[in-house]
Amino acid sequence: MAEQSHLQLEASEEQLVYAKILEKGMLIGLAILFITFILYAFGIMKPYIPLDEVSRYWGTNVTQYLHSTGIKSGWAWVSMLKYGDFINFIGIAILAGVTGVCYLAIVPTLLRKKDRIYAVLALLEALILMVAASGILGTGGH
Amino acid sequence: MGLTSNAMIRMGFFVVCALFWLFPEVLGASETAAAPPSSQAWWVWALILFVVTLVMGILAVLGGVGGGVLFVPIISGFFPFHLDFVRGTGLLVALAGALAAGPGLLKANLASLRLAIPVALIASTCAIIGAMIGLALPTQIVQICLGATIIGICVLMLTSKKSELPDVPAADRLSSALAICGVYHEASSGKTIDWKIHRTPLGLGLFVIIGVMAGMFGLGAGWANVPVLNLVMGAPLKISVATSKFLLSITDTSAAWIYLNKGCVLPLMVVPSLVGIMLGSFIGVRLLKIAKPTFIRWMVIGILAFAGIKALTKGLGITFI
Repeated sequence: MAEQSHLQLEASEEQLVYAKILEKGMLIGLAILFITFILYAFGIMKPYIPLDEVSRYWGTNVTQYLHSTGIKSGWAWVSMLKYGDFINFIGIAILAGVTGVCYLAIVPTLLRKKDRIYAVLALLEALILMVAASGILGTGGH
Repeated sequence: MGLTSNAMIRMGFFVVCALFWLFPEVLGASETAAAPPSSQAWWVWALILFVVTLVMGILAVLGGVGGGVLFVPIISGFFPFHLDFVRGTGLLVALAGALAAGPGLLKANLASLRLAIPVALIASTCAIIGAMIGLALPTQIVQICLGATIIGICVLMLTSKKSELPDVPAADRLSSALAICGVYHEASSGKTIDWKIHRTPLGLGLFVIIGVMAGMFGLGAGWANVPVLNLVMGAPLKISVATSKFLLSITDTSAAWIYLNKGCVLPLMVVPSLVGIMLGSFIGVRLLKIAKPTFIRWMVIGILAFAGIKALTKGLGITFI
């Protein structure tokens, strides 16, 4: 009985799988974000928008910002990774993407435990996050 | 000891006030719809954001609120940044905080993945809808709604009660079918607590509203998650707080992608804010042992109310400060 209680006190197998991937993704994402920001802020990589000119745009709405700078919305930043400002998006995308990976990673564990309802829920969540990330729900501002 | 912590908090405020005094453009620029190029060097803005979010991170931990709920109304109300960029940054700030806390809470079995998965499915879907609504509506309307929401959060903070171990006579059918229950060790009493939940359909329904608001305003939604999980669904307070924090990593992720894809992310705003709030949270956790939480909580409610009124009047086009 005591052993059973001890087992229940421990996090479930899928919870631990989720936590481990979340932790690694978070640390990698943050580390990349800090490194790329240094490359950006110290001028090691030339930005698309010069640092002194960013304040010209941050008071406008996003539509005006995109229009004035000629920046494309959605995943267009991937084609602009040679610029110091856009390289920061790698870390941001990792931070925003790790949760989807966690959900996909727990599906095999849930299926092995015959927890089909939660496997379906996890797949649905991963699908929703992928749809949000894909940009098919619309890009561009107001 | 309490004097020391309060003195440190006062010193933090002094530093923020000194920055505003040194760089008055920060406050003045907030009234312009389309800001002209700043006469301040870019690093001054990055430094101000870092210091303000550092103090915010400390206050958030001591006041028992999420960083996002302080970030959006204060930064949008008193800084020259457009609400679109503030909401995008706010979501990433709340997301980073939740990602940092999530693994530890899951490993300690305080955050329940079993409770979070169905709740997150609803909240994250609705956060996407909220983000799309928020970005489609005119800024003034969102600003007014944000102000009203922040004032509502203040009322909620003043009036809502918490229950360490809510009485759940029986689990409802839905939570039984999903096997949402658990066990945790309560260190303060040395007891092992078995928990289950009830009123699951009502709780899930409330997460529709929470998700929409989180996405629409770029706020972390801990202020609403905890009362629903704890008071409505009957999860113990510790499980509710931990699961709520973990939930933000999912809800904010879905909304953050919408803001990211729309172009509402400026690294010059995101990184100093993120570092500031995370460092502030780290300091806040250390100060938590010696600070006077009641005083801090009142102060946070006061700051939130002030920021809420500022957002409301800004949306209505009334000069407040």
